[in-house]
Amino acid sequence: MPDTPTAVIGLGRRRLLAGVAGAGAVAALAACTSNAPAAAPPAAPAPGAPPAGGGGNAAPGRPVTIGFSAPAADHGWIAAIAANAQTAAGRYPDVTFSPVNPTNDITQQIAAVDTLINKKVDALVILPNDGSQLTAQGTKAMQAGIPVINLDRIFDSPLAYRTWIGGDNYGMGVSAGNYVGQQLKAKGVTSPIIGEIAGIDSLPLTQQRSKGFADALKSFGFSVGPRQAADFTAQGGQRVTANLLQAAPRLDAVWNHDDDQGIGVLAAIQQAGRSEFFMVGGAGSANAMRAIQADNTVLKATVTYSPTMASSAVALARLVAQGRGLGDLVEQEVPASITLASATVTKDNVGKYLPLGFES
Amino acid sequence: MTERPGETVVAPPAAEQGRVERAAARADDRPLLARVLDTGAGRNVGLVAVLVVLCVIGVATADTFATTSNLLTILTSASIIGVITVGVTMVIIGGGIDLSVGKLMALASVWATTVATQAYGPVVMVFCALAVGAGGGLVNGLLIAYGRIVPFIVTLATLISAQGLAERISGKRSQIVTDPTIAAIASTRVLGIPLLVYVFAAVVAVGWVVLNRTTFGRRTFAIGGNAEAARLAGLDVRRHTVLLYVVSGLCCGIAAIMIASLTTTGSSTHGTLYELDAIAAVIIGGTLLTGGRGTLVGSILGVLVFTTITNLFILNNLATEVQNIAKGLIIVAAVLFQSRAQRARS
Repeated sequence: MPDTPTAVIGLGRRRLLAGVAGAGAVAALAACTSNAPAAAPPAAPAPGAPPAGGGGNAAPGRPVTIGFSAPAADHGWIAAIAANAQTAAGRYPDVTFSPVNPTNDITQQIAAVDTLINKKVDALVILPNDGSQLTAQGTKAMQAGIPVINLDRIFDSPLAYRTWIGGDNYGMGVSAGNYVGQQLKAKGVTSPIIGEIAGIDSLPLTQQRSKGFADALKSFGFSVGPRQAADFTAQGGQRVTANLLQAAPRLDAVWNHDDDQGIGVLAAIQQAGRSEFFMVGGAGSANAMRAIQADNTVLKATVTYSPTMASSAVALARLVAQGRGLGDLVEQEVPASITLASATVTKDNVGKYLPLGFES
Repeated sequence: MTERPGETVVAPPAAEQGRVERAAARADDRPLLARVLDTGAGRNVGLVAVLVVLCVIGVATADTFATTSNLLTILTSASIIGVITVGVTMVIIGGGIDLSVGKLMALASVWATTVATQAYGPVVMVFCALAVGAGGGLVNGLLIAYGRIVPFIVTLATLISAQGLAERISGKRSQIVTDPTIAAIASTRVLGIPLLVYVFAAVVAVGWVVLNRTTFGRRTFAIGGNAEAARLAGLDVRRHTVLLYVVSGLCCGIAAIMIASLTTTGSSTHGTLYELDAIAAVIIGGTLLTGGRGTLVGSILGVLVFTTITNLFILNNLATEVQNIAKGLIIVAAVLFQSRAQRARS
């Protein structure tokens, strides 16, 4: 290598330039990691607000501390669960909210729930990573005299919770099936081709949703045609749908189980330029509801599995801890089990549900 | 030349050389088929045959298989993993491995689609994706070449931390692409063919030229074949290794923009297990995992085989788990074939 001064200077200058360019790029990139909206979005009424004109239960009662434990957000839905619980608790002046660090590790969640039991909170709201694996902690809390509100993923034993509140996966499929059936009947389609894009097939919740969908369609004399499972991701939704659309040159309706993967599903439908069918979503994300409201895609409805259940769980925990019942019911106690109905959100009622939609 | 006792190695005269080669050729008494299949082109012929069989099955079982729009769907599905496979093929031929590709793509897709990045417009978004990809590759390369850590471990660590960083930045949510230019890439067609397919073709073409017609490519084969010999021959092995991983990272950056457009999101869930898909395609494409030998065309045919299988299964409304069984069987068959061919040669 010629070791002349010019070569050295040339090399030095090149290195310097490369270094400066590199540092600049790094600085520019670091500025690009922010997700704060450029302009504040119009303030939507926060989900989880207690009913405005609520009966006697809205009045403050004995001050209570409510412990809260949920998995870490890996999905818009879980993120909304934690946010809703927090917001709901903030609405009650008599509630002190005591959340523990969210985690996806079951041993950490067990430890976190133990901490809350030791703190002697007045009530616990628990969304377990896995119902079976946290049943012992639920039982322990109940034995320690702390009522447990079990959120969505159910414990193995009724001894582990005071009240269970959660969504209805079978009912979600039924709602979707009923909507699809009614629409097709109204259009007078005789032998429709109905597609289904499921979540993860090995999960019981996916199997229940699919069963509800098939059962509801059967009551109209219809059945599911092409059916594929994506994986609750936008990427999986896009891949599966792109291919499924090739399998079915004509479709009349499609039910997609999950609005998060639905972003990819809609992208694939638009890329294929297809619009001869209508689609129903699932879960009820704000994004899907905005698309339904705008009415410029094939997405015409979504069936909810709403994370607002976390708000309701906090409200129930407060009532249970204060020894009150549910306002309009005759009983003096909160019921032991509450299964939420899956609402069908369409263009006609989307205004009512949009504030409850979660950001995916 | 001074001849020392005990050393009687003398280069044979030219005529003699020809005779030796002919004798060697005669000594190769393997069946003709084995010899043909052993060449790079031969192995590709094998893969083309597999593809043809798959297409025949497709035409026989699904009446929409042989339509233009379905074939374009297969190519579009193959485009993203295909671009990544180009980078992975180069790294593997160069004697390395890159497990970080899938999540590096996810990180780049997230970084390029944050609210802040999207505010700067499409050019910055593309630059951001490429810079994040290449930067991740640079980190891999530097740690492997100068930190002297095994590639498997470095890129595994990058996979994990890229996933974490992507989740951190996105808050584990799907970031929706609102920029109309980027969103339009996937739905744009030129002469009836999706733009993504052109990008795929361009990356493959550039990769092929670099690998087969440039000094960079020859050095890659030399280093992958025997890094020590390459170093003694005067090649800067470490610098070249860094460059190989940067190229792989750059491919991830390109793929990140493609997937952001195709799914209209940037997400930490993108590219899960892409590293294994890419490596599987490289293996059935006839590239040796030990480096030094391989073809880009084979890898791309491997990608097409896998994508066609996925398409076939969905067209026939079969579940994904059956698909994975078929993919596994094909990998085993290809590797068995490869090792047999290798044994027959030695």
